[in-house]
Amino acid sequence: MGRWLACLGLAAALVSGAARAADATEQALDEYRDMFGDENPAELWELRGQALWTEKRGPRQADLTACDLGLGPGVVAGAYAQLPRWFDDTGRVEDLEMRLVTCITRLQGYSEAEVLARRFGDGDKKSDLEALSVYIAKASSGQPVNIPLRHSAEQRAYALGEAAFFYRAGPHDFACATCHGDNGKRIRLQAMNKLSDAEGARRSYTQIPAYRTSQGEVRTIGWRLYDCFRQQRLPELRFGSEVAVGLSLYLARNAEGGVMAAPSIKR
Amino acid sequence: MSDPMRIRAVLTGDKVDVKILMGHVMETGQRKDADGNVVPAHYIVKVTASCNGREVLDADWGPSVSKNPYLAFRFKGAAKGDKLKVTWTDTAGESRSDEVAIA
Repeated sequence: MGRWLACLGLAAALVSGAARAADATEQALDEYRDMFGDENPAELWELRGQALWTEKRGPRQADLTACDLGLGPGVVAGAYAQLPRWFDDTGRVEDLEMRLVTCITRLQGYSEAEVLARRFGDGDKKSDLEALSVYIAKASSGQPVNIPLRHSAEQRAYALGEAAFFYRAGPHDFACATCHGDNGKRIRLQAMNKLSDAEGARRSYTQIPAYRTSQGEVRTIGWRLYDCFRQQRLPELRFGSEVAVGLSLYLARNAEGGVMAAPSIKR
Repeated sequence: MSDPMRIRAVLTGDKVDVKILMGHVMETGQRKDADGNVVPAHYIVKVTASCNGREVLDADWGPSVSKNPYLAFRFKGAAKGDKLKVTWTDTAGESRSDEVAIA
């Protein structure tokens, strides 16, 4: 009996030791983030995004200040916290990046292919979408995520996103939920949150767009989903497709009530 | 064209706290691209800062400084409203200057 108790005690000590190690890792990461303080390199993107918003560009020599992000033409403050959403003028649910593509093509006259060719920045090849996304997301910092799902198309997109989140496919039989179905898990140093729960979804969703130190680039939710599909060895997630928008709406809705804190800084 | 620097300069007590973010690729010349070709070196070699024309910082940099570098330093002898000008020059001979008023 005594030996049994000793064994149990040892097991408990091992478990709490592992938990302590994970906590220590998390704490070290928090310290690392704190070292940057307010000086997040994403600010460089924010500055560029702000300039791109007001600069007259493209075949039509127009700026983007007439762009309606859902709260009326030109309203940037708080818009990101209420996206993705239904738009009457395009007759579909759009996330921030697809809405920007709509505005850039309609107002400035660039072609969609031109904009999407540089959707992900890489060094000197800079992405306008990423810069604009940081500028607009920053203007929602401190605002609660608010996705009421009033329109039936939004509800359908949410259902599609939810189905995609749990859909196992590809050579590894992976779903988003395989890695993001439980709290307290990590891949290397990155904490994996349970994105089907409010708590986990809030922790993750409110931090994006983020500056990725390892890439020296800002990454948006569009890139995050694209790369998750790549990591799962699934076919390429088409930018702005129904599945992509559905998944970001699913994550946003689950994160409802969470306070936007983007752009953040990550590994 | 290079992106503007993000410069903060705040007077606290008799010292000015300066924090600078620079947008630069800072290629070391040691990396290879997907095709196996060396990515040519392209990094900042000199950073200078001057306040009302007086030099307050002169730094020689090398390839070991990170992409999109962050630099913080303090100096004495400036007042609120003074102009702080920061300049970098890189291996390609490109250079960029930005100026802020000390807050």
